[in-house]
Amino acid sequence: MPSQLVKEYFRTENLPHIWCPGCGNGIVTRAIVKAIDNLGLNKDEICVVSGIGCSSRASGYLDFNTVHTTHGRALAFATGIKLAKPNLNVIVITGDGDASAIGGNHLIHAARRNIDITTIVFNNNTYGMTGGQYSPTTPTGDKGTTAPFGNIDTNFDLCELAKAAGATYVSRSTIFTTNMLIKQVENGIKNKGFSFIEALTTCPTYYGRKNRKGEAVDMMVYLKENAINIAAYDKLSEEQREGKFVVGEIYKSNRPEYTEEYQRIIDSFSKGV
Amino acid sequence: MLHQELRLTGSGGQGLILAGIILAEAALYDGLNVVQSQSYGPEARGGASKAEVIISSREINFPKVNKCDLMLALTQAACDKYYESIKPNGILIMDKSIPNIPARDDITIYVVPIIETAMNSLGYPMVSNVIALGTIYEITKIVSKASLEKAVCNRIPRGTEELNIRALEEGYNLIRNHKEECYGHGCRFN
Amino acid sequence: MIERNVKLMQGNEACVEAAITAGMKFYAGYPITPSTEIAEISAERLPKVGGKFIQMEDEIASISAVIGASIAGAKSMTATSGPGFSLKQEGIGYAVITETPCVIVNVQRGGPSTGMPTAPGQGDIMQARWGTHGDHSIIALYPWSVKEIYYTTIKAFNLAEKYRTPVILLLDEVIGHMRESIELPNEGEVEIYNRKKPTCLTEEYKPYKVKEGDIVPEMAGFGEGYRFHVTGLVHGETGFPTNNGKIAEELIRRLIGKIEDNKDDIVETDEYLLDDADIAIVAFGSTARAAKSAVDTLREEGIKAGLFRPITIWPLADKPLVELAKKVSRIVVVEMNLGQYYLEVDRVAGKYTKVDRFGRVNGDLITPQEIVDFVKEV
Repeated sequence: MPSQLVKEYFRTENLPHIWCPGCGNGIVTRAIVKAIDNLGLNKDEICVVSGIGCSSRASGYLDFNTVHTTHGRALAFATGIKLAKPNLNVIVITGDGDASAIGGNHLIHAARRNIDITTIVFNNNTYGMTGGQYSPTTPTGDKGTTAPFGNIDTNFDLCELAKAAGATYVSRSTIFTTNMLIKQVENGIKNKGFSFIEALTTCPTYYGRKNRKGEAVDMMVYLKENAINIAAYDKLSEEQREGKFVVGEIYKSNRPEYTEEYQRIIDSFSKGV
Repeated sequence: MLHQELRLTGSGGQGLILAGIILAEAALYDGLNVVQSQSYGPEARGGASKAEVIISSREINFPKVNKCDLMLALTQAACDKYYESIKPNGILIMDKSIPNIPARDDITIYVVPIIETAMNSLGYPMVSNVIALGTIYEITKIVSKASLEKAVCNRIPRGTEELNIRALEEGYNLIRNHKEECYGHGCRFN
Repeated sequence: MIERNVKLMQGNEACVEAAITAGMKFYAGYPITPSTEIAEISAERLPKVGGKFIQMEDEIASISAVIGASIAGAKSMTATSGPGFSLKQEGIGYAVITETPCVIVNVQRGGPSTGMPTAPGQGDIMQARWGTHGDHSIIALYPWSVKEIYYTTIKAFNLAEKYRTPVILLLDEVIGHMRESIELPNEGEVEIYNRKKPTCLTEEYKPYKVKEGDIVPEMAGFGEGYRFHVTGLVHGETGFPTNNGKIAEELIRRLIGKIEDNKDDIVETDEYLLDDADIAIVAFGSTARAAKSAVDTLREEGIKAGLFRPITIWPLADKPLVELAKKVSRIVVVEMNLGQYYLEVDRVAGKYTKVDRFGRVNGDLITPQEIVDFVKEV
């Protein structure tokens, strides 16, 4: 029996989803829906835009105004939607490859504009849909089907990227720390500006298997044991930080939001008439 | 039937495209058919710039000027590049700063201190284009004076009307008082 | 001095004025010569009519934002030139399969690649038709004067809304940049078509179901209570993806059919002195202006020439071309490429008459005299 949350917010006729057993994407999707439910938002005023990849299939399962766009372009589509209908709560669902490789430029410019869009990156460190190629977030040395001898690229810290580009809310959580993730999505949606939430998730089928990370549970345990809250992380020495990663609300700031700034220009003319 | 093809040449930043637009607009006020076009290089300033205007009492099909009835040249490079495109019996108005006068005795060549007048008499080098329009008017009367002045005022920055009307008048006078430095077969001052 | 409601306007400017008259409320673009004035003037004009302009980070982002805004309910446009048109193909395909109305202006310059940015070209005729991947049909229009740019831009918006499809407006550097006189119509003097919206109960709305008697599905906007899904995957009437081959075939056939089966409504052509013509010149855009002058010259010299000008480039004006081929002894296709539209003219008209091509790719507009000389030669 589907839960009340699923009944209320999912297009149950489109379930079951396409994700593999042990995939963390369902946990992230539920966290987004739970945050929306907690905020009591009107479903008609929510627009979910996704790109291409495993995570981006989530839009089709959710009972909102939904667009499954082209690879990497979710934020560009979302920018058009938000400008045309600023009253919509626009949420972008994307993956690590979608957001930071093919869509990397759109990510930095959406952040730079501080347009009121909440972006949730499902980071599973790989291109799952196409079978496990290395992505911009695959750790250096790890393997992918296109990195058979180990990845020699340096991996992105997506939160630092979003912060440097101008996002006004930046946070990271994992599929283990779901209550934290739900709270972050809530705060991201509430932030009047560009919000960037990195949700660390798991791909046991490709990334996990290729890199001998164990079963889904083992991968979840890894996330649990190596995630350090930002307050604690700051107190750690360089050595203690080895192999750990930060979770929590990494950056918050306040600056003018894009659609509001544009509206001021429009208003300056309508007042004149 | 009226059909005149004009080519205004010089370098980028001399306001030749604006001059072409003003001339075309003046002709439009006179109820004539016009097409204004331009070609330009990648440079916003310097380089070669060329504006073309076709003014006709009939419908204009081909929008580009090949052989022209009148050419304005504000730089040596532009003058050298395009003077051969002037039709026999056509007119060349060239700025006095251009040292080499083209060897064509089948056209009328006016050497006129356009840029010098803009700098010395008016103190604004950027009104050279409007002075040039004044010279074109005085030689050809291709548009009415009222239309030309209206078109100038319509296209220049607000607050500079007086300066630009004075520039037009300087242009008229440069031709009216023009005595020397006129070459070629059709020169009425010869 | 004659006072008329006539303005001297640049082609690119007329395009924006017409778009606003047609109801454009959103423009996203990226600077590129020779289309940039369309972005600049849109930036100036749109906020004054309550519309939005955004300069995106690249050409793909621009077409993506345009499609997003249209899905949200705003009539939208972008403009570019060759290199940007190549990049926009991804979005054009998405607009085709999702049936999202939008207008893409391509002010053509010399190519391939960066080519000749400030010189005219007509090398994107086939890219307009087949630029995006996958089987599809497309509407592409090509005016030849400032006045016609105005009316064709309005038509582009109307067709986009009526057929729920991207419409490509082809211009070239010559007509985009030249200035001519235009008499702007007053409000209410032009016909404006708006997409048909659903009126059914929200739970009954099927975003990709075509109602009996309609050409395309009704299109709700986001935020209007119809929570629907849009995807670039093959989808059925509900809008959700499917791997069902039968549904896929039905969808693609419907997308192509809605355009190809309505040519009588979409296709517009113009002709000059063709009634008694022996030789027909086929040309479009700025080249057609040279061709018209050439026709006059040829007539003066006793050669019965005429001009056939497709304003609708795609879908192909095949019926008018066949009729033309049956009554003239020769067709000469003149274009600023080395034979793109020619291939189609030869395909449909070649069995009835001899079809020749005359093209040039040096960045200069073909002159009337060159056309006259070529026609006399053949």
